[in-house]
Amino acid sequence: MNLKNEILFPAYSLWMRELIRFFRQRSRMIGVIGSPILFWFFIGSGLGNSFRSNTAGGTNYLEYFYPGTLLLIMLFTAIFSTISIIEDRQEGYLQSVLVAPISGGGIALGKIAGGTTLAVLQGAIFLLFAPLIGIHLTVLKFIALLILLIAIGFGLTGLGFLIAWRMDSTQGFHAIMNLFLIPLWLLSGSLFPATGAPQWLRIIMSINPLTYGVSSTRTLLYDLERDPSSSFLFSLVIVVAFALFVYAGSIFVIRKKSLVAA
Amino acid sequence: MTNYDISVSHLTHRYGDRTALNDVSFTIPRGEIFGLLGPNGGGKTTMFKILSTLIRHSEGTAEVCGFNVRTSPSEVRKHIGVVFQSPSLDQKLTVKENLHFQGILYGLHGQELMRRIDDVLLHLNLSERAHDEVEKLSGGQQRRVEVGKGLLHYPDVLILDEPSTGLDPGARIDLWQYLLELNRSRGITIVVTTHILDEAEHCNRLAILDQGNLVALGTPAELKREIGGDIVSVIANDPENVHRLMKEKFGNNISVVEKTIRMERENAHRFVPQLIEAFPGQIESVSISKPTLEDVFIHRTGHRLWNEEANGESK
Repeated sequence: MNLKNEILFPAYSLWMRELIRFFRQRSRMIGVIGSPILFWFFIGSGLGNSFRSNTAGGTNYLEYFYPGTLLLIMLFTAIFSTISIIEDRQEGYLQSVLVAPISGGGIALGKIAGGTTLAVLQGAIFLLFAPLIGIHLTVLKFIALLILLIAIGFGLTGLGFLIAWRMDSTQGFHAIMNLFLIPLWLLSGSLFPATGAPQWLRIIMSINPLTYGVSSTRTLLYDLERDPSSSFLFSLVIVVAFALFVYAGSIFVIRKKSLVAA
Repeated sequence: MTNYDISVSHLTHRYGDRTALNDVSFTIPRGEIFGLLGPNGGGKTTMFKILSTLIRHSEGTAEVCGFNVRTSPSEVRKHIGVVFQSPSLDQKLTVKENLHFQGILYGLHGQELMRRIDDVLLHLNLSERAHDEVEKLSGGQQRRVEVGKGLLHYPDVLILDEPSTGLDPGARIDLWQYLLELNRSRGITIVVTTHILDEAEHCNRLAILDQGNLVALGTPAELKREIGGDIVSVIANDPENVHRLMKEKFGNNISVVEKTIRMERENAHRFVPQLIEAFPGQIESVSISKPTLEDVFIHRTGHRLWNEEANGESK
């Protein structure tokens, strides 16, 4: 296989197209850039004052909630960006992609990289505002977090790709996603830690890949100096493995269903 | 490598129980304009999808530029340009951006890609529209960009599915002028599916498909020649009765197609007076015409090309 021609060039083509479309649609831009600012504003002014004062020493709830919020914002952007696959299928753009001499790995990489870029862009905006609510970052930490967010964003977008590739209506996609996304986030340790939860919930949380995204983000934000524990490495491995797994899965579904609907 | 750009041999394709193509064979030499003519549901779109590697056929073999479409689809894809019936352009991007991303998809880049884009735009007469978003272009202009998209990587074979869909007659003529010019200047092989007879007349050779069967193969002139003489069409107030009586009097080669009695006859101008005298008062009109491709189709299949009942094919 010719890596350059069958994967990298087509992926670049699809990725650039995704970004150009994004910057041309002002409403999408406002949504992507506005929502982290809004989230920052609300949790900063609401959660911050309600919880910060009553904690002594340990993590306060704002600190606890922050990484989960970061991933919530990214989760929506990453997964909903894959709607463009369904639109491409309906509008016919996908037809010419499917008869080009490229591999499924190129199609999946381009599409997933597009969603990942938007999600990480949002994550970065949200992180830039962190110092204003009392969460301090060094430049190095910021860069390390961005790299982590790329891996997490890739996994989430890939998950969206897996589901979107087989669908032919955007309504169906919304329905499936709402059924799936909210529990994915609620049971990721974003809202409450697994330690206090009943056994069955703990099991679900431990097989939820987002749990490891949240925990690795949290460790990187607060605890790395204090406690570079093996659980952080384990979370990292899961995050990267999940990204690779959904990428492989995406290539598989492309091979399985490369027919044009129209 | 053979002298044929496309070679199809005993090709059969089924969608579940339904046979869309049944044991079809033909070859297309390099540089030919080849038409797949037939009604909707005849199998021509299925043939288009098989040749452009969108679906894998059930039985038989198909080769494009020496490569088997089933075993080496990516080699086939490098050699073909595909123009779809439904639009494949990104409406939000400009003409140039669409071509640009298409080029990169095929591994083209830098100066070479820019040169090809400018060249295609010039030939398609779209240079002034290069920076307009596609949604602002007319249907004919959009179709030309579609063709341009299929040509950027300099394919040996251009495969078009119903290229005139949605075009007004003027735009259709322009498109065909461009295709003919392309064929002449670059020797590119063109395969086109159509149900429009004017369009079929542009082809060097035609394959007529009906209900999945190849019912005729030849140049438009050859196909028309096989009809003995002229076509006589008779409209009568009681077609069934007149048809029966005509068969008794003038032989069996007379049919009724959608209430018009139809026969093929040499020296029809001498035959018409006899006919009118034989059925005084029963005939409303008689017309004589040179055979068209539609007559060839009726001759081979017994029904018209535009058959509403045959509209069931999934596109």
